[in-house]
Amino acid sequence: MAKTESTLKNMVLTLLVITAIAGTSLGFMHKLTKEPIAAAKLAKQQTAISEVVPGYTNNPGEEMYEATSKEGFQLKIFPAKKDGELIGVAIETMTNKGFSGEVKIMVGLKPDGTIINYKVLEHKETPGLGTKMDLWFKTDKKNQSILAKHPKNNNLTVSKDGGEVDAITAATISSRAFLDAVRVAYETYQDNPANQPVASEAATTEEGGAQ
Amino acid sequence: MNQWNNFSKGFFKENAVFTLLLGMCPTLGVTSSAINGLGMGLATTFVLVMSNLVVALIKDFIPDKVRIPSFIVVIATFVTIVEMTMQAYVPALFDALGLFIPLIVVNCLVLGRAEAFASKNALGSSIVDGIGMGLGFAMALTMLGAIRELLGSGKMFGAVIFPEDYGMLVFVLAPGAFIALGYLIAFINRVKKEA
Repeated sequence: MAKTESTLKNMVLTLLVITAIAGTSLGFMHKLTKEPIAAAKLAKQQTAISEVVPGYTNNPGEEMYEATSKEGFQLKIFPAKKDGELIGVAIETMTNKGFSGEVKIMVGLKPDGTIINYKVLEHKETPGLGTKMDLWFKTDKKNQSILAKHPKNNNLTVSKDGGEVDAITAATISSRAFLDAVRVAYETYQDNPANQPVASEAATTEEGGAQ
Repeated sequence: MNQWNNFSKGFFKENAVFTLLLGMCPTLGVTSSAINGLGMGLATTFVLVMSNLVVALIKDFIPDKVRIPSFIVVIATFVTIVEMTMQAYVPALFDALGLFIPLIVVNCLVLGRAEAFASKNALGSSIVDGIGMGLGFAMALTMLGAIRELLGSGKMFGAVIFPEDYGMLVFVLAPGAFIALGYLIAFINRVKKEA
């Protein structure tokens, strides 16, 4: 077959046809994968919540509410309840003080603020150094662990800054960022006027019922 | 026999990483573990095979002056398909590779094969070339990933070989990628010389 000549008409037509086909197939693909992607994201969120505040019987994803931290971050707060009683909150928190950008973690707090557990969601820290945070702060070794500590009663900063948590070896900045994210979560939860989700939630239901 | 040549050429003789030194960005960037290398290699293989296939089919319809933009659109389409599929069905791998998946578009290996091979050869040979080049790339990335993972953190495909404390951290970081790749290329060249 003779090769198509490089005339303006041919070139414009070819590119038009190719991009149109590409666009159509991508649109189709997007439709196909939209639901699985959403499901995968939801499953990830669910696993994270059940890991940081185990034992709930409600659906924290449905009762999620947002709060803005002092720094202006939008945090998602998932109340975990067992038989209607608040057993803890999973807070999707973040900081921009990471070694390379944002660090997003999910931290589980008891209603009084004691840390239950955490899960690292997203970060761009150095592989092999900062990435160790996903296990480091739950390992019960020396002063590494932050589990069962209280951000108010315990000084949760790295020992270099006078705190009582051992930073990750060779990743002090990442450690600081991690602890900062925990602090953001705790403070936002404490300062938020709607931090009594049980009460406020009940109030809205009653109001809704009365109307 | 000819097709076998096409395959082995891409897989070993003209291996993209060890001989042509193409696609260095993902090679050095994602190979901090063997599984990441394998995942990246297979994703690239898929894009390479599909883009070679399409380019071989449409090569006669494309005017010479717009062939590069046309190829890039074809490649970008398949990369986006891979990205969406991964995100939907293997989110863990997607998280690990993240940024590097869209970067397959500008992997010079893919465009290089489309331009240098698929646009000049028949459909069958182009597909075989894509498979050979792709699997060669995947093999190289997996090898590099395995070496870095073993030396850096004492693991192989996530299985612990020796305690992490004895690992040489530098191999997980960027400089280790260069060092490991350099030695690997030297070793492959040595093997080739004898063969």
